[in-house]
Amino acid sequence: MAAFQELLRARSGRQVWRFTPAVRRDLRNGLLFVSPWLIGLLVFTVYPIVSSFYYSFTVYDIVSPAQFVGLTNYRDLLTHDPLFWITVRNTLFLVCVFIPASLLLALSLALLLNAKISGMAFYRTVFFLPSIVPDVVVAVLWAWMLNTQFGLANASLRRFGLPTIGWMTDPMWTKPSLILIALWTVGGAMVIFLAAVQDIPEHLYEAADLDGASTWRKLWHVTLPMLTPTIFFNLVLGIIGTFQAFTLSFVLTGGSGGPLSSALFYAMLLYRNAFSYFKMGYASAMAWLLFAVIFAITFLVFRTAQYWVYYEGESG
Amino acid sequence: MAQQSFSTQNKRRAGRAGASQTRSSQRRLQQFAIHLVLIGLGLLFSIPFLWLLSTSLKPPEQLFRLPPEWIPRPAQWNNYLRATTFIPFFRYFGNTLYIAVFNVVAVMISCSLAAYGFARIRWPGRDALFFVLIATLMIPSGVTLIPSFLIFRALGWVGSFNPLTWPALTGNAFYIFLLRQFFLTIPQELSAAAKIDGANEFQTFWRIILPLARPALAAVSLFTFLANWNDFIGPLIYLGNKEQYTLALGLYGFLGRVRTEWGMLMAASAIMIAPVMILFFFTQRTFIQGITTTGLK
Repeated sequence: MAAFQELLRARSGRQVWRFTPAVRRDLRNGLLFVSPWLIGLLVFTVYPIVSSFYYSFTVYDIVSPAQFVGLTNYRDLLTHDPLFWITVRNTLFLVCVFIPASLLLALSLALLLNAKISGMAFYRTVFFLPSIVPDVVVAVLWAWMLNTQFGLANASLRRFGLPTIGWMTDPMWTKPSLILIALWTVGGAMVIFLAAVQDIPEHLYEAADLDGASTWRKLWHVTLPMLTPTIFFNLVLGIIGTFQAFTLSFVLTGGSGGPLSSALFYAMLLYRNAFSYFKMGYASAMAWLLFAVIFAITFLVFRTAQYWVYYEGESG
Repeated sequence: MAQQSFSTQNKRRAGRAGASQTRSSQRRLQQFAIHLVLIGLGLLFSIPFLWLLSTSLKPPEQLFRLPPEWIPRPAQWNNYLRATTFIPFFRYFGNTLYIAVFNVVAVMISCSLAAYGFARIRWPGRDALFFVLIATLMIPSGVTLIPSFLIFRALGWVGSFNPLTWPALTGNAFYIFLLRQFFLTIPQELSAAAKIDGANEFQTFWRIILPLARPALAAVSLFTFLANWNDFIGPLIYLGNKEQYTLALGLYGFLGRVRTEWGMLMAASAIMIAPVMILFFFTQRTFIQGITTTGLK
């Protein structure tokens, strides 16, 4: 989170260096120590970003050399590829429903798990464990839980006399099902919230008590404002992660994207174009559009931060 | 208004005597309610695990009985044996272990070096580069995926473990950040004292800082191990040959071939989760501290 704070704050006045021998030695040492990362930055981040930008204007099937085609890929994506818009819609659905739902669930669980009652260590473990289960296992396990005929979910619905649901077979239900599954693994965000809740100074609550504040008002006027940096952190991570959703749906639908492509997400279509059809230029254009959208949205979220994120000890 | 203030005053006066009693009974009620909610939600969260274990021990004919039964009768331990022989399980296990351990070692070296450079030495340009490091945390991996693939292809590495292992030597922004935050908390006097004793920068790093940073290093190695143990996309893209599959990839292929052998699938899943769970139970503290450091500090 401090990482994001540093991004939020404009860097303070630039230091003027005098290149004395000591400074020069420190510069050399510093660069030496960070050099493994610096090389990685150039090879695996800077070069790929630049070259995928170039590839996005080409037709490239790996076998024959890349051919420059201008904006053709972008035009085809936006106007000729029905799957593109389907994945955009599906992914936006995920972003708009899953992120708020997961923040709400993680935060509520963290508040519950902060209560001073016995057996808390056990409860915390129960809610945290699903988040360390490998994605593939999560998918395989829920494929069985949500099996239309023999799954536990429908068996339970039947027991209560409710109509069963085609969790992964009804196009209406595939996305909600995936969101339910992903909510099961909300433990990581929950632990971060929990630590933040425990970090809130007790004297704030004591002051609120003296003012006769109710539990509800303490939650609204003390706990939530103090948690805004954590909400912000989890929100940004959620945006970056959710836009790239891949594994759960890929494994559950065997890469097909489910009935009527209702569970086909942007990253899955990108993967399909790149590694099934070897349309590297086309897939690069997809990657760059994704990059631009994630960047724009993250940027906007950062810009709104000053209106709702409260950083303690922040000066003017 | 007057009435209200009177009644509150009255209440306050009367409250003095019975306050502690009502408050404690009220608190007990509240605690009871929280217990109830947590037990309910906890059951919902743990049912999938229990169902996994139950299914993994069921004989095939019991799988499709309606309504479903929880107790496997008779317990079919054979599922576990069949799961490990149906796919070359131990080979996959070994492959996954190799990739994960390689990454742990490589990430520890590269990230602690970089973190030291960012935390313990002052040099021109450091803060600007650190800003870049944090900015890279927000670059979606999708945008670097294809060119990275092309680089590895040019190196002739596609279809081998190399793309999944060697890049770890260039570090990972998240872990560099985590270690840097930890290194910053180590008093500067220790480095100064070492320098006075004639230690150079590397000796200070190796003898003073690293030994003190054990908790942070433990967290980083734990996360690296899990991330690689659980990784699906990397192996999916780079490993072609079945002999090289990791557990994640093996399980995926397994699902594709035997969609109805749920007993075996759940047994394989259980074996894949087991090391993760064992690791978690032995390192809970490191684990939780690591997550919260990434999120908070």
